[in-house]
Formats: sequence, structure tokens, C-alpha cells
Amino acid sequence: MSSRYSWGADEHLVVQITEDMSLESNFKAMAMASDLASQQVDGLTDICPANASLLVRFDPDRIAPAEVERIVREAEGRLEGGGPQVLETRIFELPVWYNDPYTNETGARFRDRHQTPDKTDLEFAAQENNLPSVEAFIEAHSGAPWITSMVGFVAGLPFLFQMVPQERQLEVPKYVRPRTDTPKQTIGYGGCFTAIYSVRGAGGYQMFGLTPVPIFDPTQELPDFTDFMFFFRPGDIVKFRRIDEAEYNQIKEQVEAGEYRIRQRPVTFDLAEYEKDPDAYNARLLEVLYGN
Amino acid sequence: MAIEVIEPGLATSIQDEGRPGYYNVGVPPSGALDLYSAAAANALVGNPSSAAVIESAYMGPKLRFTEPAVVAVTGADIPVLVNGQSAPSWTSLDLKAGDELSFEILAGGARIYIAVSGGIDVPLVLGSRSLYALGAFGGFQGRALQAGDVLPVGVGSGRPGLSVPEALRPQFAKEMDVRIVLGLYDYRLTDEGMSALVDRPWQLSPVADRIGFRYAGNPLQWKEREQPFGAGSDPSNITDAGYPVGSIQVPGGIEPIILHRDAVSGGGYAQVGTVISADMDVVAQSAPGTMAMFVPVTLDQALEARAEARARRAEMMAALS
Repeated sequence: MSSRYSWGADEHLVVQITEDMSLESNFKAMAMASDLASQQVDGLTDICPANASLLVRFDPDRIAPAEVERIVREAEGRLEGGGPQVLETRIFELPVWYNDPYTNETGARFRDRHQTPDKTDLEFAAQENNLPSVEAFIEAHSGAPWITSMVGFVAGLPFLFQMVPQERQLEVPKYVRPRTDTPKQTIGYGGCFTAIYSVRGAGGYQMFGLTPVPIFDPTQELPDFTDFMFFFRPGDIVKFRRIDEAEYNQIKEQVEAGEYRIRQRPVTFDLAEYEKDPDAYNARLLEVLYGN
Repeated sequence: MAIEVIEPGLATSIQDEGRPGYYNVGVPPSGALDLYSAAAANALVGNPSSAAVIESAYMGPKLRFTEPAVVAVTGADIPVLVNGQSAPSWTSLDLKAGDELSFEILAGGARIYIAVSGGIDVPLVLGSRSLYALGAFGGFQGRALQAGDVLPVGVGSGRPGLSVPEALRPQFAKEMDVRIVLGLYDYRLTDEGMSALVDRPWQLSPVADRIGFRYAGNPLQWKEREQPFGAGSDPSNITDAGYPVGSIQVPGGIEPIILHRDAVSGGGYAQVGTVISADMDVVAQSAPGTMAMFVPVTLDQALEARAEARARRAEMMAALS
């Protein structure tokens, strides 16, 4: 299926790779973005890979739109040439306190906007996926790793897509009407995506838990943020690790003392190898993360 | 040299020409919504266009200058007062130490720009002094101005008495054309939906801020379909994607929203077109109640309009040099 190119008036080119979400489409968006970024083309101001599309923002006073299209189509053509589909990225761990009282309390305040006012977000999510319990849902959510398929909506907010075959993807509708409040660092879910709320604010995703680890530090005082105020980049692979209240509080104290470091390792992601056997490939990724 | 904020006005923030280069991590361009008026204000007081100015919506602030300053007010049509006495807008003013700048009731337009010689000297964040309120960074302490704030001012060399010629000041109307390039996900609209988008005017609702401008009118119809995996259940949903700045999305098919310079950078609503860059200042200056026709143009026409806007800006700058 061929991509659809469209102009966002005189400053944007949008490439819709596919209408549906898949790891293959996302991989293509990230690979095209990385190819374009490496060329350092004057006048391309923003190169933004999204879940199954690519947005390029340009300054038409510096580069003609036709030239932008030519360069982007060439990048797409190189990918279709059948070269190796690998992504140099990193894998890291985020601890999550699932089913915590803070997001549950927030959810309780907005039950009138939810599909099932008599159930929690997690109970609803388990039911929607034909899973026997909240436990089973959390098991599935924290089992296989996730790839950062897009960063956006607001500053530093990652969209994450789970690295499992489509028949094992968790799917949960968003709230019927959005909430006006979501705690900072909430693990949210909408459609087939996990999102982590980088800031407190409105939101329509189901709420499953909290991470004690900031993913956005505008003061850049925390040790993982000295280079850049946002932690997540497109292509990052993340593994959620389930923690309890005691460990949540312990990590929160370490964060506040400026001592917590996110466990992370560089890794090469190979799409073809992954597709041969996703579970075995994921196990190898986790060995990289948790090996010495 | 400093400026004391006595009353903040409405949604008053520090803005410059913006913060390109971080949209891929969700940081929008920000910057003055009406870049022409901000550039004129800076030129009047001898600043480069990149200097930071004060932007307010609908209601101007009340400010006190601790030292002599050359100041200019541009943008919306609003009577300017210095120590309670009428003063001209679009003109560089000579303020003495202790002078107070304030405003009467807005007569037209929506956004007011105040430049001071030397520029507002708040710290650069990711290369810009613009406030990005959702991210709580940039501007003055990452937030809108409040009474009691004291704004630092850089060193400048403006001179009073310069004025932008009448013909080079924007006109504000209650009815306007907003030129758009159709595309993106417009193929998802039915023929009736497309006709509802471009054949009838839309009224700007009170929900109009730096993030987006929401219009009211008749609902648009979307083609029914089996939604693709990942796209969400409503026909106006798509697999979450990047939003062009100026793009028009229509959640549920009910109210078109034009995203502006503090846009959410992406999400799951289909966009049906994008406002051309030359008309973003016009949208910025539209007040709630304004009737807007979305007029489709080609990419080439958008580029011609951009060139015309640049020529007009160059003429304005030349008139002040």
C-alpha cells in the first residue's frame, strides 16, 4: 500500500503511511525521520515521526515545497529498497504502581464521564479485553516491552505501542467525555496506546497507575535530564516494572533527593528479527536491559 | 530598568518569534500569535524582530516603568493611556520614570502587543523567551503574568515619535475570509460534509486562545467505515498523528478547531485542511462572534499570499527605518 502525501498549507508536509497502527508503519515513520534528520537539510525545521505517519515542518522561504517533497519521497524510496531495518535506540525501565489510590481517586471523581460508572478504569479495561481479572490485565500490560511510537500532544508525552502480535494487543476505548484532571505521571491508555502524562491536566485516557519517575524536568536539575528536559524520544523501548506502595515511596524519595537514575542501555532494534519470534526477541532485549 | 505589573490584563504572556525545532517532542512553536503586529511593535522601539514583547488578549495590562523607556503598542484596536491621558498606538512613546501605561476597552481585534526598547529580558528556554503555558516553561517564570511581577528589560536604543502609516496597520472586521489548503484527512468527509465546511460561514466561539480557535456552525458528516486498528471508534478519529500548526480538526464533526502557535502537537482527530501561513495573524486577531468563511486555495496561491505578506512586512519595516 502506498503512502499518502498531503500539504498542511505552505509550512507542512504530512505522509500518511497507513491508516491503521502497526509496528511496521511506525518503524517506517521513524526510519524516514532519522534519514531526514541525518541529512540536516536547511529549511526543514521539525521532523516529527508519529504512530503511522510523518509530519515535516519547513520554512518555504528557505526551501521550496516541491524540494521538500522530493527529499521525503527519496527517503521513503531508500527504505523500500529492502535494506536492513534496524533502529539504533535504547531500552529503559519505568517502575509503575498499578491500581494506586491517586489515579483511582481521580477516576472516581469523573465516573459520570466513563463507560462503566460502577467499575474502575482497570476493571473496565480487563473486561474489554476478555481478561478474567485486573491482575491478569496488569500482567499483560507490564509483561512485554513497549516502543515509543510518537512523542507529543503536550511536551514530552510519549505514546507507547506494545511489542506483541496484533491479536495480543490490549484495546480500551477512551473516556466518553474527557476529564478535566489527570495526575502527573499517570500511566494512561486509549485505543491501543499507553500514554504517560508528563504534566498534570485534562485527559481522556483510562488511568491504570502512576510512575514515581518524572519524564519531564523543565529545571533540568535531575541527573537524567541534564542534557534535555524531556526523557522520551521516538523509538525508545520501555519496560514497565510493577512496584508496590513501599517501593513507590522509596523511589519517590530517591527522585526528590536527586539520586534516582533511570536504568537504561543502548540497543539495536531489528524489525525482521523481532517479527520472526517477538517473545524470544523481547526476552533478548530484557537481557540487555538487566544484564550487567 | 524594569516594568512593574500593576494589573495583568487577560492571558498576558511574554512572546518572541517562537521556538522551532522541538515539535517532535511535543513542544509547539509558540511565539506571538500575530507576528506582524509584534514585529511592528519591536521595529517602532528599535528592537530586532527577535526581541520579546508582551501579548495580552482582549484586556490590556496596567504597567509601571521604573526608568525612562521607549514603548510602543500595536495589534488590536484599543485606546492607550499614559498616566490616564490618551496616547497613540502604532507609535513609539517616550515614557518617563514612574509612568503608567494602561488601556481602555477593546474596540476591534483581539490581541495587544507592547514592546519596550531593549526587549523583555527573561531567560531563553530551548532558544526562545516565549511562554509555553502547557509545559509551564519559558516566558516569565513559566506562567502568565500576575500583579506584582517585575519584568526585566534589556538595553535598547529606541527613539520616540516613529509611527506605522495607517495603510500598513491591520483592519479588523466582524466577517472575514480565512484561506485554507484542503487535504490531510479531508477524504474522510462526505460531499455534504465538505460543502458544510467551505460553503457556509462559521462563528468563532468564546473558546479561542493560544492553543486553538473553536468555531460553531452546522455539523459535518463523515463517511461511515470500519475504523482501522488503533484509530478509535468515532468516524472523526484517526490513528494519533502529528497536527500541522494551523490545521483544522473537527472532533465529532461538530466544532472545527484551528490550532494556533501553542497547539497540541498531535492527537487522534482527523484534520481537514490547514490555514495558510499568511492568514494566521488574521485568525489571531479574530474576536469571539467573528464570522469566518474557510476559503480553499491551492499551495501555489498560499505561497503567493505568503510572498505578499512578506512584502507588506518589508514595507512596514522600511517605513520605520
